[in-house]
Amino acid sequence: MSDNQLRLVWIYPDLLSTYGDQGNALVVERRARQRGLDVARLDVRSDQPIPTSGDIYLIGGGEDRPQRLAAERLRRDAHLYQAVNNGAIVFAVCAGYQILGHEFVNDLGQREPGLGLLDVTTTRGEGERCVGDVLADIDPRLGLPQLTGFENHQGITHLGPTARPLARVQLGRGNGTGDGTEGAYNDTVFGTYMHGPVLARNPLIADLLLKLALDVNALPPIDDRWYEALRNERIASAQQPA
Amino acid sequence: MAGNSDPLTPRAKIAVTAGKAVAAASRAAGRGSGSVIGGRVALKLDPDLLARLAQNLDVILVSATNGKTTTTRLIAEALRAAGPVVSNALGANMPAGITSALAGGSDARYGVIEVDEKYLAGVARDTAPKCIALLNLSRDQLDRAAETRMLAENWREGLAGSKAVVIANADDPLVVWAASSSPNVIWVAAGQMWKDDAWSCPSCGGVMQRPGDDWFCGECGFRRPTPSWALSGDHVIDPHGSAWPIHLQLPGRANKANAASSAAVAAVFGVPPQVALERMYAVQAVAGRYDVVQFMGRDLRLLLAKNPAGWLETFSLIDPPPTPVILSVNARGADGTDTSWLWDVDYTRLTGHPIFVVGDRKLDLAVRLEVANQHFQVCENLDQAVQSAPPGRIEVIANYTAFQDLRRRVGN
Ligand SMILES: [Zn+2]
Repeated sequence: MSDNQLRLVWIYPDLLSTYGDQGNALVVERRARQRGLDVARLDVRSDQPIPTSGDIYLIGGGEDRPQRLAAERLRRDAHLYQAVNNGAIVFAVCAGYQILGHEFVNDLGQREPGLGLLDVTTTRGEGERCVGDVLADIDPRLGLPQLTGFENHQGITHLGPTARPLARVQLGRGNGTGDGTEGAYNDTVFGTYMHGPVLARNPLIADLLLKLALDVNALPPIDDRWYEALRNERIASAQQPA
Repeated sequence: MAGNSDPLTPRAKIAVTAGKAVAAASRAAGRGSGSVIGGRVALKLDPDLLARLAQNLDVILVSATNGKTTTTRLIAEALRAAGPVVSNALGANMPAGITSALAGGSDARYGVIEVDEKYLAGVARDTAPKCIALLNLSRDQLDRAAETRMLAENWREGLAGSKAVVIANADDPLVVWAASSSPNVIWVAAGQMWKDDAWSCPSCGGVMQRPGDDWFCGECGFRRPTPSWALSGDHVIDPHGSAWPIHLQLPGRANKANAASSAAVAAVFGVPPQVALERMYAVQAVAGRYDVVQFMGRDLRLLLAKNPAGWLETFSLIDPPPTPVILSVNARGADGTDTSWLWDVDYTRLTGHPIFVVGDRKLDLAVRLEVANQHFQVCENLDQAVQSAPPGRIEVIANYTAFQDLRRRVGN
C-alpha cells in the first residue's frame, strides 16, 4: 500500500463472476472505507493486463469453460506472479481457487495448468456435486471464528506440503478429499470453496486480508450487528438436521 | 389446419379424461389449480399425448429467463384476434403442466405455451411449433440450474433444423447464439439491461465488445444481427419502419420489450401490430404480478423478481423516492437455496427509498444492504413492514416463493 490508497483488484469479472462472489470485493471495499481508507477498486477484464501494483487481488468462481479461458489468460499475462512476489494478497474462491493451484481438470476433461501460486492440485470428483451449507473451524493460527459458507463444486483439491488447510469442516465437504480440510493458504495467497459470498458471511476474513495488506495487527472496530445476526442464523441452520 | 379432424386416438382420449378427473379431484382437495398433477397422470397413460394434443393446434412456444409468463399472456391476447387460444396462463411450464393446459382447449386454434428453459428443446421436438419466441437468457438459481451458456447450447442444438419461425432478441448475445442455428429467424431489438452473462463470446470465448447498444466479438466476428423489429422508447418499429405507440397497463421497459416481441409473433399469424397491441392493453396483471392491492390502508404493488436481471428491470420501473419499498427474499427449493445472487443486484439504485426487509432470508438482505450503504429496517413480517411505512403506494418486490407468500397474505 502506497499513497494512502488501498488498491483492490477484482480479476476477470467477465469470466469469473457467476456466483455472486463480487460480493467479496464489495465487502472488502466497504470495510476499508469504514476504516477511513481511500480505496481504488479496479475491475480487470480478461482482455486487459493485470496491474502489478494492487494490494489485494480477488478472484471469484465461474463455470467450466470460462475457468479454462481465465487460466489461459492469467498464465499468458503473468503479472499476478509479479504482484505476489511484491507481497500482494490474493483471495480466490472455487474456480479461482483451483486456478491458483498447480493444475485442475478443465471443461474438455483435460488437465489444465494453473498458476502454481498455491501448493494444491485439483482433480474431478466422480460422485455427486458438493452443494450446500458448510460449517468449518478455521486454522487456529489465524485466530478467526467459525467459517460459514455455501459450496457448489465438483472438484477435489489435494494440498501439497507448503499449503495449509484454511479450515476443518464440521458440516459439508470442503476440499472433497475426505480428510475434512477446506480451502488452503500460504503466507499471502488464500483459496476456498466457500460462496455466500464468503466474506459477507465471514467479515473477519475480510479484515484479515486488510490487516495483511496494511501490515497492521488491528483495525478500528465497526458495527457488525447484521453480519453477526446473519452468521448466527446460518450456523444454527447448518447445524439443524436436514 | 386446426380443428378440422380429430387426431386423438382412443388411448389419448382416455388419457385426457383421466387427467381432467385427477385435476378436478386435486382442485377439490384444495391443492392448487390441479394442472400439473392432471398433466402428469395424462402423460403417464399416454406418453405421446403432448404431441397428439399439439397436432391440432398452431403452436407458439415462449421461453426466457425473465418475462415468459407475461409474454405468453400478451401473445395469447393478441392472437385471440385471429381465433380461439389455449394457453398455460398460470405458468405451469414443464411438460406435465403444458399437457394439462392443452387438454383443456379442444376447440382452440392456437396453443400459446410458456416453456421452462430446460425443457424448450424437448417440447419443441414434441409439439412441432409454428413459432418460437426467445426473449433472454441469464443466470438463475445458481445451485441447481444448468450453466447459462450450456442452456444456450441446448437451445441451439434443439432448434437446428426446426421448421418454426423463431422470434429472437437481437440484443442478447446468448439468445442470438441459440437462435442462429435455426433457418428462419426474425430478430427483434428488444433491448437488454443486464449484460453480465454475456461478456464472453458464446461462440469462441473471446471478450465481447459492447459499444452502445451494439455488440460483437473481436475474435471470431460473431455479432449482433440486423433486427427487423425494434423497441424504440415507447414505440414498436415494425419491419416497414412504421412506429406504433405502446400503451400497456403493465409497467416498465421490460414489458414494452415483451410487447414488441409479442407483436412480432402476432404478425407471423397475420395479426397487424396495431390490432395486436390494442389487445395487449387489456392485460392488467399476470398471475398476480404488477397487481395493486389494498392492504392495511396502503396500496401495495406486487412485483416479482427472481434473479439479478429481473431485479435490475424491476428497479427501473418503481415509483421514485420517497416511495417506500418492501423487499422479500426466500431460499426454498423453487427459489434456489443459495442466496449469493443478491450480491449481483445493484441495491444502490434504491438510494432515497425507505426500505423494509422481510422474508426467510431477510438477514442476507440486511448485510447486502448494509454493504451497499443503504438505510433499511428489518421487519418480522409483511404486516409489520406495511405498518412501518407511510400511507400511500408501497412497491413490494419479492422472489418466487416469497411472492406466493405475499399473495396469500394480502388475499390476492
Ligand atoms: Zn467469438
